[in-house]
Amino acid sequence: MNHPGVPAAPVFQARGITKVYLMGEVRVEALRGVDLILYSGELAVLLGASGSGKSTLLNILGGLDSPTAGQIIFDGLDLTRLDERGLTAFRRQTVGFVFQFYNLIPSLTARENVAIVTEIAQDAMTPEAALELVGLSRRMDHFPAQLSGGEQQRVAIARAVAKRPRVLLCDEPTGALDSSTGVVVLEVLERINRDLGAATVVITHNAVIADMADRVIQFGDGRILAERTNPVRRSPRDLSW
Amino acid sequence: MNALTRKLLREAWRMRGQAVAIAVVIAGGVSTLLMALSSLDALTLTRNAFYRDYRFADLFVTLERAPESLREEIEAIPGVQQVETRVVAGVNLDIPDFDDPATGMLISLPDGRNAALNRLYIREGRLPEPDRDRDLVVSQAFADAHGFHPGDQLSAIINGRRQALEIVGIALSPEHIYQIKPGDLFPDFARHGVLWMNRTQLANAYDMDGAFNSLTVSLRREARIGDVIERLDLLLAPYGGLGAIPREEQISDRYLSSELDQLGAMARLFPAIFLGVAAFLLNVVFGRLIGTQREQIAILKAFGYTNRQIGLHYSLWVLLIVALGLTIGLAAGTWLGRQMAELYRGFFHFPYLDFCIRPATIIIGILVTLLAGIAGALAAVRRAVLLPPAEAMRPEAPPVFRPTLVERLGLQRCFNQRTRMILRNIERRPFKAMLSVIGIAMACGILMVGRFQEGALDYLIQVQYGLAQRDDLALTFVEPTSRRAMQELASLSGVYRVEPVRAVAVRLRHGPASYLSTVQGIESPSILRRVLDDRLGPVELPPAGLVLSDFLAGVLNVRPGGRVTLEVLEGRRDVLEVPVTGVVQELIGVAAYMDLQALNRLLKEGRAISGALLAVSPGNREAIVASMKETPRVAGVTDRLTAVESFTDSMGQIVLTFAFISTLLAGSIAVGVVYSNARIALTERSRELASLRVLGFSRGEIAYVLLGELALITLAAIPVGFIIGTALIVGIVHGVESDLYRIPLVIVPSVYAFAATVVVLATLLSGLIVSRQLGRLDLLSVLKTRE
Repeated sequence: MNHPGVPAAPVFQARGITKVYLMGEVRVEALRGVDLILYSGELAVLLGASGSGKSTLLNILGGLDSPTAGQIIFDGLDLTRLDERGLTAFRRQTVGFVFQFYNLIPSLTARENVAIVTEIAQDAMTPEAALELVGLSRRMDHFPAQLSGGEQQRVAIARAVAKRPRVLLCDEPTGALDSSTGVVVLEVLERINRDLGAATVVITHNAVIADMADRVIQFGDGRILAERTNPVRRSPRDLSW
Repeated sequence: MNALTRKLLREAWRMRGQAVAIAVVIAGGVSTLLMALSSLDALTLTRNAFYRDYRFADLFVTLERAPESLREEIEAIPGVQQVETRVVAGVNLDIPDFDDPATGMLISLPDGRNAALNRLYIREGRLPEPDRDRDLVVSQAFADAHGFHPGDQLSAIINGRRQALEIVGIALSPEHIYQIKPGDLFPDFARHGVLWMNRTQLANAYDMDGAFNSLTVSLRREARIGDVIERLDLLLAPYGGLGAIPREEQISDRYLSSELDQLGAMARLFPAIFLGVAAFLLNVVFGRLIGTQREQIAILKAFGYTNRQIGLHYSLWVLLIVALGLTIGLAAGTWLGRQMAELYRGFFHFPYLDFCIRPATIIIGILVTLLAGIAGALAAVRRAVLLPPAEAMRPEAPPVFRPTLVERLGLQRCFNQRTRMILRNIERRPFKAMLSVIGIAMACGILMVGRFQEGALDYLIQVQYGLAQRDDLALTFVEPTSRRAMQELASLSGVYRVEPVRAVAVRLRHGPASYLSTVQGIESPSILRRVLDDRLGPVELPPAGLVLSDFLAGVLNVRPGGRVTLEVLEGRRDVLEVPVTGVVQELIGVAAYMDLQALNRLLKEGRAISGALLAVSPGNREAIVASMKETPRVAGVTDRLTAVESFTDSMGQIVLTFAFISTLLAGSIAVGVVYSNARIALTERSRELASLRVLGFSRGEIAYVLLGELALITLAAIPVGFIIGTALIVGIVHGVESDLYRIPLVIVPSVYAFAATVVVLATLLSGLIVSRQLGRLDLLSVLKTRE
């Protein structure tokens, strides 16, 4: 929560979420009953080892996937009752995603990669403004292959925030980056969280990053193991790994 | 332009090689479709216009001799619109500087006027003037074959008297578009001409003053053709009428129609094959392309793009390729259609060509192509749309690999690690491998189709003129004669064998089916004219009963043991019941055979013959032919060698042109299929291959892994292609069979060799291109991005 002490409204309320899927011939129990509440404007870090199920939870929160059982309420809206069309609309208007491997479309320039989202969202910023936010106004006409990893991730962040999402979901945003580049990316994320007030969830297995969060949720083996609130959010500039 | 459209254009551009490969296949389909439909349209339109403008008759009757006064009675038959009586005579021609025997059909024109029915289109010169008894108009094909122009001279033996004639005009007639000598199988323009002259002169020469021996009739729109024929036949029977023939049985029209039917069959078959392959290619390429775009689709979905938008995005991509193919195909098809129609126009000697591509033809082309494209890409696009975003986001589950069958059999020691990768990769996705095999096999099959006709026609000639018709010269007498003529012929120097022939015009009936043909009475056993069974062995004609060619037996729907009704169309005009005692295989024409003596007995005419077959020593051929020209009783001489030549010249050209075009198109399909396969395999496996490079494999070694699979698939595809090709050829052989000729189902080894060679070359070429691209694999990106 960016203003400690002021009670924030809950954005997400997840109850009893389980998820089972088949991976090749293996049955994977990714989530085993997760209860979680996320508040408006807060920056939460989901900490856990790889394979602990945190990406699955993020996908479900973002409407990319449906839980096998359980309920997720977003702002009074029961996501588990939405059909494909409803989930698409939810993602289009409400959620911004940032992925570990940026997932830019290689055939589009930085500007166009952002435009692909702004063209379909209501009340979006211009691609230029979004790229300005992440400090890439000079690299707008470069293709992904012409950008460094950190720059690509910043384009991905610009793309995620350009629609002014109410929720920003980031899956290992620094996972593929070196420490100093990662810090730059985290700074961008933090600034956007503060300026736009989007509830931001950052998934990481890097415990150092947890210090920049309002709240840290320890994840393991498909469930929440522990939860703590940081009295003070540390600036990403002070982090290193 | 929005970002999604930009993505579309850029990625389409990056994949331009594959896109062009598919577009070329589509273009192949569109252009064959357009070529066949437009040339078919043009020929049909031209024929119809020519028939209408030059008043092609509805009924044709040949008779012995009837008085002109009968005309009024004919005109009084209900339904008859116009009647034209004529004198028609077969003559031997003596053409300056042309040693071979030539015959002509002399047809009378009203003195100084054009005919009322079957009017002449004067290409050059003029019609005969009244009272000019040497004026002669000749058919264009005949004139072209000899380089005749108005003013040139030739002689005709008219009723036994040599007469010098002067060509005053060169003409075309709707009655002789397909200009063929009665009894011949293929046109021979140099040795048979259609000639026209004034009626008075011709009638005088043949003692037909105030009489006629040929009749053409046009009918009113509401006429009942069957009734008119019945009345006509009744009226003309006492005058030796051979029975009225409707337009559809008139020889020129019948051959023309069967030619158009064949073209129509090709118009359906070839484009269907091409577009089928194109649809299939689109399916394979897009299916796999969309596989490689998995993550991008997931991203678009994560950002809230709807299924419809994503479906549309990929559909547009498909449409882009289809549009490219359509554009190339429409242009090429229009051009090819015109070339093909011109070729036919020359062949049939139409005075003009009504070539226009109907909008309907283009619309059919576009619709069929779009349908094929959509059908091809639908499944792939659907898969893209239905991919759940979260699933697409996850790396694909590691594919399940198992030791291959060969390895389970304990043969793994025979293969190194890379070969095992190839084998396992194929065995892991057998369906995909199978699709690739079928795609390449289709190309192989089409190549066989394009190539097969050439060999089949060679075979047809070998069988017909090597095994069945073995005479050097075949003589036809003016009228049936006694066997004494044989001795005279045998006494000519250089003639070492003479065999008698009795050919009689008949109508065969069985149930509702009937067919106008001739019964050939030949000696049994015969050396010069053999009837062959389906294994090409000579068949001994039974002492009684008819032996039918397989095609005729099919038309009449009769089997050995059955009986047919034989209406003899000359002499006593008996109607006889005759048992069918055998069916033989024949590739050209539609004939019925009978033992000569049995036929003589059946016709109650003693030992009459109507022609003779001669085997002559090569040195004496010309002298014998020259002496035949002077023999009034000989109506015509057919030379086997020139018959073969005229066949290969006329039919051959058209068939082979078509074969050449389709081979070219099939070749492009082969390259298209193989290249698309190789290119997609590279896209799908670039990460794996780059990883191998990182691990220290050489370019050659990874090329082996990638191209080895392609090579194996190609090798597997070739025999499958042979099966597909054979099936297609069977379809074509049945689709185009007509009373003119049947393409034999003979696939010579070179057809297989050709198809396989082109496929292998296409594979090598594609492999070469792709292995060059292997050199550009970005090794570092593999280390950076996730597995």
